[in-house]
Amino acid sequence: MIPLSWYLIASAALFCIGLFGVMVRKNAITIFMSIELMLNAVNINLIAFWHYHSQMQSGPHVTGLVFVAIVIVVAASEVAVGLALIISAYRRRKTIIIDDLTLLKG
Amino acid sequence: MTGLQIIFLIVTGVTLFSAIMVVSVRKMIHAVLWLVQTLLGVAILFITLQASFFAVVQILVFIGAISILILFSVMLASRVIQDSSPQVVKKWWLPALVATLLLGLLVNFLALWPGFETTLVELPEGSDNIAELGHVLISPEGYIIPFELASILLLAALIGAIYIAIDRKEPQSS
Amino acid sequence: MGFWRDPITFIGAWLRDLLVNTGLSPMGAELIGIVLGAGLLATSAMLLVIFLIWVERKLIGRIQDRFGPNRVGPWGIFQPVADMLKIFTKEYITPIGADKLAYNIAPVLAVASVLMVWAVIPFSFTVVGADLSVGFLFILAVGALGEMGYILAGWGSNNKYALLGAFRTIAQLISYEVPMIISALIPIMFAGTLSVTGIVLAQDIWFIIIAPAAALVFFIASVARIGRAPFDLAEAESELVAGYNIEYSGLKFGMFFVAEFLQAFTMALIFATIFLGGWRGPGAEQFPILGFLYLLIKTSAVYFITILFRATLPRFRIDQMMALNWKILTPFSLSIVLVMALVGRLVASSPDVFRVAVFLAVNAVLLVAVDRLITLNKRKPPREVGSRNRPVAQAEVLPAQSDPGASE
Repeated sequence: MIPLSWYLIASAALFCIGLFGVMVRKNAITIFMSIELMLNAVNINLIAFWHYHSQMQSGPHVTGLVFVAIVIVVAASEVAVGLALIISAYRRRKTIIIDDLTLLKG
Repeated sequence: MTGLQIIFLIVTGVTLFSAIMVVSVRKMIHAVLWLVQTLLGVAILFITLQASFFAVVQILVFIGAISILILFSVMLASRVIQDSSPQVVKKWWLPALVATLLLGLLVNFLALWPGFETTLVELPEGSDNIAELGHVLISPEGYIIPFELASILLLAALIGAIYIAIDRKEPQSS
Repeated sequence: MGFWRDPITFIGAWLRDLLVNTGLSPMGAELIGIVLGAGLLATSAMLLVIFLIWVERKLIGRIQDRFGPNRVGPWGIFQPVADMLKIFTKEYITPIGADKLAYNIAPVLAVASVLMVWAVIPFSFTVVGADLSVGFLFILAVGALGEMGYILAGWGSNNKYALLGAFRTIAQLISYEVPMIISALIPIMFAGTLSVTGIVLAQDIWFIIIAPAAALVFFIASVARIGRAPFDLAEAESELVAGYNIEYSGLKFGMFFVAEFLQAFTMALIFATIFLGGWRGPGAEQFPILGFLYLLIKTSAVYFITILFRATLPRFRIDQMMALNWKILTPFSLSIVLVMALVGRLVASSPDVFRVAVFLAVNAVLLVAVDRLITLNKRKPPREVGSRNRPVAQAEVLPAQSDPGASE
């Protein structure tokens, strides 16, 4: 009923919006949220293709779902560690604007 | 234009609009709320694709845990003055151009694939077989190794996050 | 007779026929039926809160050896109505600097997350809002959604105490999600499905008999998830003014209030559904209305126990609460799941009575083991300073003295 192309275009658009957010914003936490957008776009893509393959093969077929589960696990652990890093950086430098966190700049 | 297509268009519109708001609003708390709305939209898209288990897991994990974590860190690590300084890089139109170009390229190359225009029909009952997913995740012919690796990853993230974020009381505290 | 057997399905079918006869397409009639059903469910849940508030105040009053409210109406029945009228007419005072979006959306999220749970609970053999295949996970997910409401309340109030209260509330809520979800795996495991109707249908023997330890852990964790006594440190008036809802007045505060009471009842409903057999009972399949009655009785029993908890137990401190969760409940629930899975596999092909006996024995062993471990780890009694033989003042007979004032 809904063509596969619609889902793929929606997921590509979400991914590009996330990419735009990562490139444009200066606040570390907003960059984080944009990365979450990109991960969600990938999830939509994976599940759309899972549906497509289930439809084509007409049998129990859960590889796509396993992939999505792993992506969700990775997203969760990345958020935990990343936010711990950001809060730790905030404690030392009192700022999370990435333009000011330039200590490693050569 | 069936009902499902209308629902899909509305939900996708709301999701993409919320995603644009996430990357462009000034106040951080509002950005997080727009992110929650985006994640809800993605969950509804999962439901239209008949992956109901992952729709609910999306709400449980992303909204119930990750968004709350982001909200906490926004509260702990932001200062009011940061909300009024310039939030985007100068010449923001360049990344916008790059993102649009990438979108065009992606859609173009996807359209070259012959299966691009296939219509997704409703799967027969029981295709979203959670029991099957469970079996596959723990069977040696299945995906037990990625499963175990994911558990180790979670353990490492847990220990790492605690270690990084813990406030050690140093003798000469600043 | 058809009406009395199953009123809601009867009325639904009658309404649908009426709408189809007036020319509406069957799908449209279905849609209207769904919308009406959802509205009716939400409204009846909210109206139920009025009754629940009265029951709670009367019961707590009686436990504390006093009458509850008894002035407004016979036995004080209209007291909550008077309270609601007062709350409706109060003025909304928004603090300066409050984040308007966060401040206003918080009570909505708190109530909405509780009402959404009512959609997946089977009220009888034929009546269920939405028979999701992942119903139970849905319940947990919308519970997590409600936590956002509390953080937004704390942040949006532009108040240090509200923020601190919100942090402590969220820490408590998120921590107790873990043993709750793990101990809820036991009925899911035994029923073999995530859908709530499936769990109810698989309870030929109630799951509380097969897994009382899991039921205990689930009950304690749910009481802590609601933020109710003895875990109510988030809204302890003596400690934190009023926690995250300091700056709320009028109907917005009323919404938080309603959310708390409704959550208590909903928790009782969930417990009755997955551990006490839901609507199952003698004759519930032929007469669905009996099923509804059984569910009501079981839920009321669990709710009564919750009220008893509140009236009799002292409050936890936050470190005691966290220690209880992470050091006792989480490892215990994990070990229950492990042991029950193993034992369930071993006795899978035995007759029923034997299986139940083995499970009960295993649960008893686990409970006794946990009890011994807790008493083993109790802190040693504090070291005594000073000796036990302290001089005790005694009434000495003073030598008779001449009156000082009279000698001059």
